[in-house]
Amino acid sequence: MGSTTVRTNASGWRGVDIIQLALGLLAVAAMTISMWAALYYAPAASNLAGDEQIAQRIFYIHMGCNIGALAGFLMSVIGSIVYLVKRDLDWDRVSQASIEVGLICGMGTILTGMFWAKPTWNTYWTWDPRLTTSAITVLVYLAYLLFRNGIEDRRTRARFGSIYAVVAFLSVPLTFYSARLFRSIHPVVYGAENVDAQGGFSVGATMTQALNINMIAFCVLFSALLVLRWRQLRNEDAIAELREELE
Amino acid sequence: MNEEAVQANVQTMRLDLAAEPVTMQRGGGALTYLRKIGAVFVKDVRAEWRGREIFSTMTAFSVLAVLVFGMAFDLRVPRSEMIAPGVLWVVVLFAGVLGLNRSFGAEVDRGTLASLLLAPVDRSAIYFGKMLANLFFTLATTLVILVVMFFIFDLNMFHPYNLLAVLLGVIGYVGVGTLFAALTANSRARETMLPILLLPVMAPVFVAGVGLTAGVVDGKQFSDLRQWLVILAAFDAIFIVVAYLLFDLIWEDA
Repeated sequence: MGSTTVRTNASGWRGVDIIQLALGLLAVAAMTISMWAALYYAPAASNLAGDEQIAQRIFYIHMGCNIGALAGFLMSVIGSIVYLVKRDLDWDRVSQASIEVGLICGMGTILTGMFWAKPTWNTYWTWDPRLTTSAITVLVYLAYLLFRNGIEDRRTRARFGSIYAVVAFLSVPLTFYSARLFRSIHPVVYGAENVDAQGGFSVGATMTQALNINMIAFCVLFSALLVLRWRQLRNEDAIAELREELE
Repeated sequence: MNEEAVQANVQTMRLDLAAEPVTMQRGGGALTYLRKIGAVFVKDVRAEWRGREIFSTMTAFSVLAVLVFGMAFDLRVPRSEMIAPGVLWVVVLFAGVLGLNRSFGAEVDRGTLASLLLAPVDRSAIYFGKMLANLFFTLATTLVILVVMFFIFDLNMFHPYNLLAVLLGVIGYVGVGTLFAALTANSRARETMLPILLLPVMAPVFVAGVGLTAGVVDGKQFSDLRQWLVILAAFDAIFIVVAYLLFDLIWEDA
């Protein structure tokens, strides 16, 4: 089997290490700024009071996590398709790393959403289309990780994982549309009005700034984690190959 | 058969092979392709007829599941119409997994998967043949479920729209299910892996199916039900095409 993992004998700092360290430091700074923006910089919502007023600040982190999850799952289907076309294991690692990071973000979205929903909707969970879709999506990608781990051969694992990731990604929008036919109570802060929405608020200029800061910050965090995990997977494969050679 | 005829047969065979070695695999037009699909389908049905391991397990499980649901909800639910759509689709999906597991699992266990793959047909013909066989078994099981539910829940769900929904839903289900059954056939935890992979991807079918059956039970008009049928039909079309494209990749090293 051809070795695809790059092996270098160089020790000490390399370019990738420096990029990764810079990304990591940038992510720490970005998360600090994002918390400041969400908790202090963003003004109070004018139409909410009490617990709801405090809970609405979770929205910024909620949206940030959501962007991370979206980026992860989009990245995974790109990685899978490119792997199936080019058969370069690096793209399979991109797919796996982005799904792992996307899953953490997706669970973050669900958790923050639940903490917000209890004071606002008076329930942690309801079968709203967005909630349904996010829960199903997390389950789909958890299944992806379980499935991968059960396959011994490295190439088969990459190929089967990619096939599943493509099918899984396609099912997500259909899940959303089918669930949306049931009445939705999720507020739509941007875009279309939802007449049945509960707990929404109108967004002012400062709020938009805070939201943009959070979205960018979570994108930085996402990239830092993705690069870190991708390199980790690369090293794992390199170790596995070396071990095989020794045996 | 006399010696000359055999000789002639052998000669034509040799000629055919020499002239176009790949005709058996790719060429032959649509009708030949359909015949290949039919051959795989008939093989599966014949194996089932002799072994009786898929349909009997599925029906036994479904009858049991309907009875369990009936008992579990009997004291808490005032009218069976309230739970019947959910029960129908849950039982269909869970029973379907049993059949799909055997679809390729039985081939692996009997050691016949390699010979199936050696058959001189396009891999997609194997996919469609297997899919049709699974469709046949699952639809037959669904029919049994509907009959049992008619008696246990005292509810007639043999409405044309509901039957159409079941047909479309099961087509989409076995379309993806056959692909995933092939993916999991060789993994160690095959029996547990398939439902974990399959059920979350089946969410659109489940939601739309329950919505449609509930609408039918509530006596809604076709205009209210049409959107569900559109979702089911879209699911079928998208995933059968995707499965057709991806199925070739599964055994490329076999």
